[in-house]
Amino acid sequence: MQLGAFSIIALSTLFPSCKPKNATGAIDSDAAIKAYVPPGKHDEFYNFVSGGFSGQMSVYGLPSGRMLKVIPVFSVDPEKGYGYSEETKPMLNTSHGFVPWDDLHHTEMSQTNGEINGKWVFANANNTPRLARIDLKTFKTAEIIELPNSGGNHSSPFGTENSEYIVAGTRFSVPADDANGDVPINSYKQNFKGHISFVSVNQESGEMNIAFQLRTPGVNFDLARAGKDKSHGWFFFSCYNTEQANTLLEVNASQKDKDFIMAVNWKKAEEYLKAGKGKKVKVRYAHNKYNEEAHTATSEIKTEVTVLDVAELKDICYFIPCPKSPHGCDVDPTGEYIVGSGKLAAVIPVFSFNKLQKAIADKAFDGEYEGIPVVKYEAALYGEVQKPGLGPLHTEFDGRGNAYTSFFVSSEVVKWNIKDLKVLDRAPTYYSVGHLTIPGGNTRKPNAKYLIAYNKITKDRYLPTGPELTQSAQIYDISGDKMQMILDFPTIGEPHYAQAAPADLIKNNGQLKIFKIAENKHPRAAKGENEAKVVREGNKVHVYMTSIRSHFAPDNIEGIKMGDEVYFHVTNLEQDWDVPHGFAIKGANNAELLIMPGETSTLKWVPDRVGIYPMYCTDFCSALHQEMQGYIRVSPSGSNVPLTYSVGTNLPPKK
Amino acid sequence: MKKISLMLLVISGSVWMYSCGGSSDQSSSTAEAPKSMVPDSETYDPNRGEGKFNETNVQLGELDATMAKRGEATSNTKCLSCHKLTDERLVGPGWKGVTERRTPYWLMNFITNPDPMIDKDPEVQAQLEICLVRMPNQNLTDEDARSIVEFMRKNDSSK
Repeated sequence: MQLGAFSIIALSTLFPSCKPKNATGAIDSDAAIKAYVPPGKHDEFYNFVSGGFSGQMSVYGLPSGRMLKVIPVFSVDPEKGYGYSEETKPMLNTSHGFVPWDDLHHTEMSQTNGEINGKWVFANANNTPRLARIDLKTFKTAEIIELPNSGGNHSSPFGTENSEYIVAGTRFSVPADDANGDVPINSYKQNFKGHISFVSVNQESGEMNIAFQLRTPGVNFDLARAGKDKSHGWFFFSCYNTEQANTLLEVNASQKDKDFIMAVNWKKAEEYLKAGKGKKVKVRYAHNKYNEEAHTATSEIKTEVTVLDVAELKDICYFIPCPKSPHGCDVDPTGEYIVGSGKLAAVIPVFSFNKLQKAIADKAFDGEYEGIPVVKYEAALYGEVQKPGLGPLHTEFDGRGNAYTSFFVSSEVVKWNIKDLKVLDRAPTYYSVGHLTIPGGNTRKPNAKYLIAYNKITKDRYLPTGPELTQSAQIYDISGDKMQMILDFPTIGEPHYAQAAPADLIKNNGQLKIFKIAENKHPRAAKGENEAKVVREGNKVHVYMTSIRSHFAPDNIEGIKMGDEVYFHVTNLEQDWDVPHGFAIKGANNAELLIMPGETSTLKWVPDRVGIYPMYCTDFCSALHQEMQGYIRVSPSGSNVPLTYSVGTNLPPKK
Repeated sequence: MKKISLMLLVISGSVWMYSCGGSSDQSSSTAEAPKSMVPDSETYDPNRGEGKFNETNVQLGELDATMAKRGEATSNTKCLSCHKLTDERLVGPGWKGVTERRTPYWLMNFITNPDPMIDKDPEVQAQLEICLVRMPNQNLTDEDARSIVEFMRKNDSSK
């Protein structure tokens, strides 16, 4: 109690305008019933939440805040064998080789006509720049594409209103991949460049391809949003460090009164691309695809991208001045208003798409920045929200004419009216909110029943767990005039952006319950015990194994020798929902397999000593699960123990 | 007072839930959890089983060798990990003689709709006490089920 009170005091001293004072006072008596989903009942919304430095994406139900799944995306997951099984290792391949970890910041659901369509969720890797596509029929990572010429993919994976493109803008500008990178770091201004990838998405298969890259001046790209409806065809990127500092950015990148929002006319870029104005540039990047029928990923290294230089091709990009290191750059449901959130600014500027178009037509420019026209601030400005709070970060919309902006420094969500720019309501967050989510809050048609705040600081919100605490999110009911906090729920990693969609949209999208065994095209599948076998190919031994409640076939294998590499290709013969089998073997230097019904997965195992090795099923599958086990005999190299395998027949010799 | 009425609301809500329980679209395939150990003997016909098949829509003719071959292939993938073709029990009972013990439509109902029948059929419940593994739903099509019965007939006609 003492400690809790102390940390609240400490926090309010740190953030003078933060008013948490009495945390329980913010909760109305009907909050519990609003967040309550009875046992056996489903939530109203799916919430796809970035897992931050866990590298994964987590899925929650709303309004209960119950965790439904963690989808492995950019980090290995030994629980599911992701990145450990032979089939999934290629998913994490890059031009740098196998990268087992990353930092997943933002999620973006695929759209049709500016509305969420329930097909895919995209995610960005902030460290080794990549973009991932998760298939919502399987809740598996279906594809990962690396981004060349990039230093950190932060300004991503925001998409256009038909998911024509998902963008990937570099956070850290760096010398281009085909340039000599062995240059002094303080030659940033001469040698460092920004690159923004426009990644096209095949509307049927979802397959991603880097359609083109824009080469920009060296700055930091932070967040982005596509135009919608009337502004479809444009994209807006917040940029900071227009000072082009290369050290102590905390001070040196906060010098200017205004940074920029970069407006991109991507339809114009497409025209230039068609007219052959792009330059083919030599690069190296991995493109990894998971084949659902073969249950196997492949990784291809690609060697070329097409780059459009926006300083040469004048009318693609325009800079709009935006106060102080903008983070959020959000477009309202009508497509007319672009909200910049300068994280060090005392106002929220709202820009008008119509005014921007007129300013460009009238050439109402304030000179150029590195060859790009800078639009006059007032010429693009619709108005400013005065004294909204401290440290605005990100804005979502309710489709009823209101915007909701998160304030990191003053720890609050502020609701304001877009037309008259008046603040309507404030709700405290515990503590220091980063991103916000309203289901569909970035689309043409928000489904604005709830707002979720993803907080950066947890402190005393839950039972303490030593120095490291869980992450904290909060749900607000925003169906009325006033925001009402109804629930705290803990999250994994450090969540950045998240999106949410009505449950029915995902539930009824044709989700798979099993993989049909007849459609299994894995080259080493055993579709039935009569196909189970062990085959030696030199020092490689391939075990074609089946699993069904509750035994493996074969479950006795002899004749493995030191120096052998053993590959267990385990096919789960079950054809019923929710009957995975696991597979683990003693001493394996990797992980377990978790095999879904009808799926085949492969675990590589190199025995390190002579002896008997047990193997077993790790996922409780039936009353006889504990009986689901087997043995492997490993003999010295050069031993003459023949290779044999069986299930049920290897009995003691009769006397 | 307010708290009490809230509690009541929650309780009455859950009573309402229960009374219409089982209408959820997933309930049919959640396998392991036994719903009721008391067979519903009033409506259940142990000769026919429960499902879409009956004496009018399943009729046997001469043994169809092609269909039996197809049934054998499907059985290899989906059944024979747990059932032997002899009368010996593996995970489940051996198949020898099964077409003499059961009507073809009972067999087809059971292999396409196992969960409700495991809950209701007295003989299957007795079998479960021996085997302890509920026969999984292997998502067989009607055609798969019919051809498996043909393969069982072929198995029973050979000595």
